[in-house]
Amino acid sequence: MPLRLLKFALAKDHPAPRFFKSHETPKKSYDVVIIGGGGHGLAAAYYLAKDHGITNVAVLEKGYIGGGNTGRNTTIVRSNYLTPEGVNFYDASVKIYEGLSEELDLNLFYSTRGHFTLAHTESAMRTMRWRAEVNKHVGVESRVVGPDEIAKACPQLDLSCSGQAPILGALFHAPGSVARHDGVAWGYARGADRLGAEIYQNTEVLGIDVKNGKVCGVKTNKGYIETKQVLSAVAGFTPRITEMVDLETPIVIHPLQACVTEPVKPFLDTILVSGSLHVYVSQSSRGELVMGSSLDPYEVHQTRSTLDFVEGLTSHMLDMFPFLSNIKVVRQWGGMADMTPDFAPIMGKTPIEGFYLDAGWGTWGFKATPISGKTMAETIANDSAPDLIHSFRLSRFEDYELTGEKGAASVGH
Amino acid sequence: MKLLTCPMNGIRPLSEFIFGGEYRVAPNQDTCTDAEWAAFVHNRSGAPGDKKEWWYHTPSGTWFIAERNTLTDKVSRTYLHGTNNNVVPAQEEEGK
Ligand SMILES: Cc1cc2nc3c(=O)[nH]c(=O)nc-3n(C[C@H](O)[C@H](O)[C@H](O)COP(=O)(O)OP(=O)(O)OC[C@H]3O[C@@H](n4cnc5c(N)ncnc54)[C@H](O)[C@@H]3O)c2cc1C
Repeated sequence: MPLRLLKFALAKDHPAPRFFKSHETPKKSYDVVIIGGGGHGLAAAYYLAKDHGITNVAVLEKGYIGGGNTGRNTTIVRSNYLTPEGVNFYDASVKIYEGLSEELDLNLFYSTRGHFTLAHTESAMRTMRWRAEVNKHVGVESRVVGPDEIAKACPQLDLSCSGQAPILGALFHAPGSVARHDGVAWGYARGADRLGAEIYQNTEVLGIDVKNGKVCGVKTNKGYIETKQVLSAVAGFTPRITEMVDLETPIVIHPLQACVTEPVKPFLDTILVSGSLHVYVSQSSRGELVMGSSLDPYEVHQTRSTLDFVEGLTSHMLDMFPFLSNIKVVRQWGGMADMTPDFAPIMGKTPIEGFYLDAGWGTWGFKATPISGKTMAETIANDSAPDLIHSFRLSRFEDYELTGEKGAASVGH
Repeated sequence: MKLLTCPMNGIRPLSEFIFGGEYRVAPNQDTCTDAEWAAFVHNRSGAPGDKKEWWYHTPSGTWFIAERNTLTDKVSRTYLHGTNNNVVPAQEEEGK
């Protein structure tokens, strides 16, 4: 690496390779237009090309790639969900993640840490046992552990939580990991670009043209683009896109906030989550503590962050780790979480021919980036959703067949 | 938004309130179709804009209506349900 850097420094014209080509203006038409250059949209472009040979594809991003929730999340990857459908789906994603740095030829700093969901009450213990049994049944490594094992994995943790909420046990999920979130977006962008897809930043979709129930094009700030297939992968902007095609969904937007501390000497190997204390935390490879809390309590379409959030979160962090009282929070931010009533995503076809939805990713969609890209690509290529995402279809609400993941998703992202 | 005007108690900190979701009118159960009912149960108007919402002032147990823009987070007025004429002016946002 230093040699390569030196080469760039000495070269006259800057030879550093770009991650993806920048094109002037979009073409007149594409086979597929993907709205949203987050991880999900870029992964879909990559798998459309790689798995299905569909390369006449444009990804339209109104800002910069990865600037949405993809670059704002706390990067937890896990599959210890509550429903067998959810566990199977997220497990497929974890398996792709494990080989993704190699596949995309980019170090995603994918780091398997083990994930503890702490239980402070009997009823929380009951949910942990339930999740452990469902996970084992589907073949995912999760088990309920007692305070001893938690203390061994994380000796700095005050198991009594300042006497406020003593820890009774935890759900331990060995595959739990963290990764570099922007790397995932950039890796998929480069992969898709190399295979022929075109990526447009600063390109906003302003309207979607639907005639006789079929998609025929999109209006953008860079002109009109003809296409018969549109994928909406815009997370917190989903209701604005579905409004363009008069499609009703259950999605509501609430901010979700996070923050990091200054870097400290590595002490926390695992990922810790406490539903009762509304805290989850891991330590980044740079040494920062990456922390988040529960969803903001009311609807706002903004990425602002608040003092209330940091105050609440840090007071609970001190219940768990009193010795951190002198450590400074150096950054805080927010994203817009697209929430569904059952805490499961909405994926697949819609009543509008050629309009596909990849949404409802709320507080939990980073871990699903590879598998959602793959399954949405398959859905678009075949105009039919694979079985793996059947339980996430939009029509499940009309059928009253919800996929209840709340017990596994409400704080632990 | 850090303060909100309760129609009964005046300007109070936001931490005293609970968001109750959008104000919605149910379709007639006797005449609507199953699909219309399912849409009412599950679907929401998620796009940003001016909305009429239920809010609850916890210490006094008061449910009321707030009209708020969900993009700017500015409240234009609050009032008790059914008393639309009796408008209480909303707070000025701090520092703006
Ligand atoms: C604070 C926080 C913490 C989180 N923690 C976790 C976690 O630990 N683990 C986990 O699995 N998930 C987590 N999530 C959720 C996760 O970040 C998201 O679900 C996921 O990143 C969604 O990815 P995406 O590609 O679908 O959307 P995004 O990354 O949001 O991308 C959507 C893109 O669409 C663009 N766009 C919108 N409208 C238009 C338009 N009209 N035209 C063109 N482009 C448009 C936006 O600019 C944006 O870049 C967290 C979220 C937040 C906010």
